[in-house]
Amino acid sequence: MGSSERTVFENPVVEWIDSRLPVFTMMQKEYGVFPTPKNFNYLWNFGAIAMFMLVTMIVTGIVLAMHYTADVTQSFDAVERIMRDVNGGWLLRYMHSNGGSFFFIAVYIHIFRGMYYGSYKQPRELLWILGVVIFILMMATAFIGYVLPWGQMSLWGATVITNLFSAIPLVGDSIVTLLWGGFSVDNPTLTRFFALHYLLPFVIFAVVFLHIWALHVTGSNNPLGLEPKTEKDTLPFHPYYTMKDSFGVVVFLLLYAYVVFFAPNMLGHPDNYIPANSLVTPAHIVPEWYFLPFYAMLRAITFDIGIPFTDIVIISAKLGGVITMFGSLLLWLVLPWLDTHPLRSARFRPLYKKLLILLVLDFIFLGYVGSQAADATLLGIPLSVFGLIATGLYFAYFIVILPWLSKNEKGRELPASIHEAVLAKNKK
Amino acid sequence: MTADSEDRRDFLYLTGAAFGAVGVACAVAPMINSLNPAKDTLALASTEVDISAIPVGESKTVMWRGKPVFIKHRTAEEIAEARKVNVDVLPDKQSDEDRVEKPEWLVVVGICTHLGCVPVGQKTSDAHGDYDGWFCPCHGSHYDTSARIRKGPAPKNLAVPPYEFISDTVIRIG
Repeated sequence: MGSSERTVFENPVVEWIDSRLPVFTMMQKEYGVFPTPKNFNYLWNFGAIAMFMLVTMIVTGIVLAMHYTADVTQSFDAVERIMRDVNGGWLLRYMHSNGGSFFFIAVYIHIFRGMYYGSYKQPRELLWILGVVIFILMMATAFIGYVLPWGQMSLWGATVITNLFSAIPLVGDSIVTLLWGGFSVDNPTLTRFFALHYLLPFVIFAVVFLHIWALHVTGSNNPLGLEPKTEKDTLPFHPYYTMKDSFGVVVFLLLYAYVVFFAPNMLGHPDNYIPANSLVTPAHIVPEWYFLPFYAMLRAITFDIGIPFTDIVIISAKLGGVITMFGSLLLWLVLPWLDTHPLRSARFRPLYKKLLILLVLDFIFLGYVGSQAADATLLGIPLSVFGLIATGLYFAYFIVILPWLSKNEKGRELPASIHEAVLAKNKK
Repeated sequence: MTADSEDRRDFLYLTGAAFGAVGVACAVAPMINSLNPAKDTLALASTEVDISAIPVGESKTVMWRGKPVFIKHRTAEEIAEARKVNVDVLPDKQSDEDRVEKPEWLVVVGICTHLGCVPVGQKTSDAHGDYDGWFCPCHGSHYDTSARIRKGPAPKNLAVPPYEFISDTVIRIG
């Protein structure tokens, strides 16, 4: 962002500003002529789509906040008032509540893209880590936001998740009291959650800025996983990828708009239209769909881990579940050092490709397990057994399979350059 | 610059940094502390309950510190069932005698010790789990007639709040 080489602009106003603060030069360099691999497929749209959803969430959220009141006696009614009386309030709320889901859809695909094409590998490790940080911040923000309508799922979801921290030895209970500002999830909790729900999106925005900054230092990965060597391998970002990204955003918006207008409660839970009641727990507490796989991992540990044949418990079932759930995310942070295979793209790693697809299926199955009641069965076997197996496979993939593949998978021969691979494909 | 002045400069840097860190910690402490329960929240910390209207075998739920408290008027069979259990086989070893002031009255915080749901079992028509006490529907914890954890992910028995009998029919919780 220095002032080293400035573009000269013909427009005198632009030139006047740019010579004092070179924002136009920066835009020209980073988004105009920025050299971008020319072989992107549509999976490379989801960064731009996620950015679009973040802005949508912030804009609709700011307007909604103008009509919302954070108070246990008023929040539920405030949200219903938004739905019924505020001009276009129903649209804003449905855009915001479903926008969260579509933001997660975009980000999950974006993360899968990164895993499939090895985008986290050297030199893009920090870029990847910043992405995982964004994902964790998104989870926190989404969870806190779900509490604000103060329905039954809001209250009980918040109760279950904040109670996770009580699993921490010694200081757990004090931490939970500190989080709640009382002895249960109540008014002080709601008001601080509202403050944080307003703050965190801007923190996310700041980390996204760092994420994109890091991206523009290393340049984008691409479906072949080869670094661009010459100008033949790249295209200027504008108009090629501004156009391709815009097209992708519009297609994504079609799906988003369909759900907002025709199935706005499809992804929600009907219990959240019941005002919060601290005396009645819903029979079946489920988080939003995007948390289900992690929720299944939380519930997978139903046994204490201790010294055999004694009563000494080292890790209680509760702490075990919490460690498993957070561990499943922390693994993503160290992914660049678990998968050290020299080839990036799964296109040239047939075994890795198959196993990654199995991981995705395992993750989706965990989502199914998370969506079911705690005492559910499948084929006559308690579902928690399947949950434990699927959780084991998830961890085995990262801790055992990836390091093993890094040493032992041979991989296919790489093309000489992006340009040659594109030409060879066009000849066929 | 001599070696001596470099040492002195290092010392100044470290001292400056240390004072800065302590200063930041002092400035942050009141902000974190403001998130702890406020005085009005703490003021609601005790409550008196008239238990004369609870028939034998039924229970009542009252609020204390924003949490439900279960007051159960136990039957003789329920007391006997709670007392015949071998304490050594329990996940959270506690005898029934240690959990009650008077055998017929069980007073516990109605918050599952797993992740804080309210177990069902207060109404006679509710599910009572495998041990005739309470059942937490969230993650399937079973509590017995002394509200001790018997099966499921919860690590501890339902907590007994501090309480005392002010008279034969009134208890003060908290």
